[in-house]
Amino acid sequence: MLDKNQIAQRLAKELKDGYYVNLGIGIPTLVANYIPENIKVVLQSENGLLGMGPFPFEGQEDPDLINAGKQTITTVAGSSFFDSAMSFGMIRAGKVDLTILGAMEVSDTGDIANWKIPGKMVKGMGGAMDLVASAKNIIVAMMHTNPKGESKLLPHCVLPLTGIGCVKKIVTDLAVLDITPAGFRLMERAPGVSVKEIIAKTAGRLIVDHEIPEMQL
Amino acid sequence: MEKVYANAAEALNDVFDGATAMFGGFGLCGIPENCIAALVQKGTKNLTCIANNAGVDDFGIGLLLQRKLVRKMISSYVGENAEFERQLLSGELEVELIPQGTLATRCMAAGYGMPAIFTPAGVGTEVAIGKEVRTFNNKEYLLEYAFEADFAFIKAWKGDTEGNLIFKETARNFNPLMAMAGKITIAEVEELVPAGELDPNQVHTPGIYVHRIFKGINYEKRIEQRTVRKLS
Repeated sequence: MLDKNQIAQRLAKELKDGYYVNLGIGIPTLVANYIPENIKVVLQSENGLLGMGPFPFEGQEDPDLINAGKQTITTVAGSSFFDSAMSFGMIRAGKVDLTILGAMEVSDTGDIANWKIPGKMVKGMGGAMDLVASAKNIIVAMMHTNPKGESKLLPHCVLPLTGIGCVKKIVTDLAVLDITPAGFRLMERAPGVSVKEIIAKTAGRLIVDHEIPEMQL
Repeated sequence: MEKVYANAAEALNDVFDGATAMFGGFGLCGIPENCIAALVQKGTKNLTCIANNAGVDDFGIGLLLQRKLVRKMISSYVGENAEFERQLLSGELEVELIPQGTLATRCMAAGYGMPAIFTPAGVGTEVAIGKEVRTFNNKEYLLEYAFEADFAFIKAWKGDTEGNLIFKETARNFNPLMAMAGKITIAEVEELVPAGELDPNQVHTPGIYVHRIFKGINYEKRIEQRTVRKLS
């Protein structure tokens, strides 16, 4: 079973040289710590920055320079700033190569729910609906089950949807799965996790049609 | 027409109860601190606020919520505000949540003279309920109308006496878009210079969109999530 940093480490393998990438809040943010040294990716922050750098050193924080999670950040050589319409314009136009975001539920047809729990949480969707409606490559990073042990990979989302038929791949603490027309397709299992356990913890349609290799981190 | 005002109180003199107002900013970054303080001072009631976020309990739009001056909030994310949540759950406050890119682009559309936009954000979700759907190139889009507001409150880094504005870093965010969407746009700036001192090549918002401008004071620029790395 992977911890959050290991999930991020596995996600980093999805990055390719030259990619423009939008990382969501939570586990996806950690992916920035594992970008392979031999490739160059440009991080997009949807509040209006391309070329997001690491957190500032203490004393160097700039209140005018934050990321979409409202954290203080820095720029890198080649960064640019822009307004929120252009930011979502480049997302809508498919210029951003990869979006990694968290989810509460994903269905076996690639629907995603991650913005609202009726009666409990009313924080809003932020940029998530724009991102999932437009990005060409969307990977979800999440735990395989909720704190009650119930599967988050479902036949249909129960919570209000963020987007439909948009997720391409899921990386969880247990497995890597692709979304195919026939449902979730198991591609890799976490070290020490059996295919049997993944089957037991996946509520949606799951295809296991080949020998499942262990993840390489 | 003279655009320069002495301070926020003078610039906001005619803001009326029940007005629809836009507030630039993302989180607490690039928010019009002086305009918000002036609204609190005036006690303008029943505001409809269009802003990406609702501030925190004791800063930003949170200060307006605290005084119960807001009737309706139109935002994309309202996470960090307990008083907001209390008013929402008790029914005192009306809230419309819309996708962030939709919010930005509806403001932009107003400033570009376009009555509506088509966006894929929210297709198949509860955001789409009651909205016209059109298919272009085999993909579905929602029709969303341009936003207009009685007032737009904008924070810029530098401005000149003609109302030209330059924003700083990610404090730009919604500010230039909302500047274009206000029937009356009021900009507060950290530095106000005479016309001719800003390089026209560097202007982000042309003064035609800005009706009033004043030099803001006592900026707190509160940081919501101070995150640093250790010197190793």
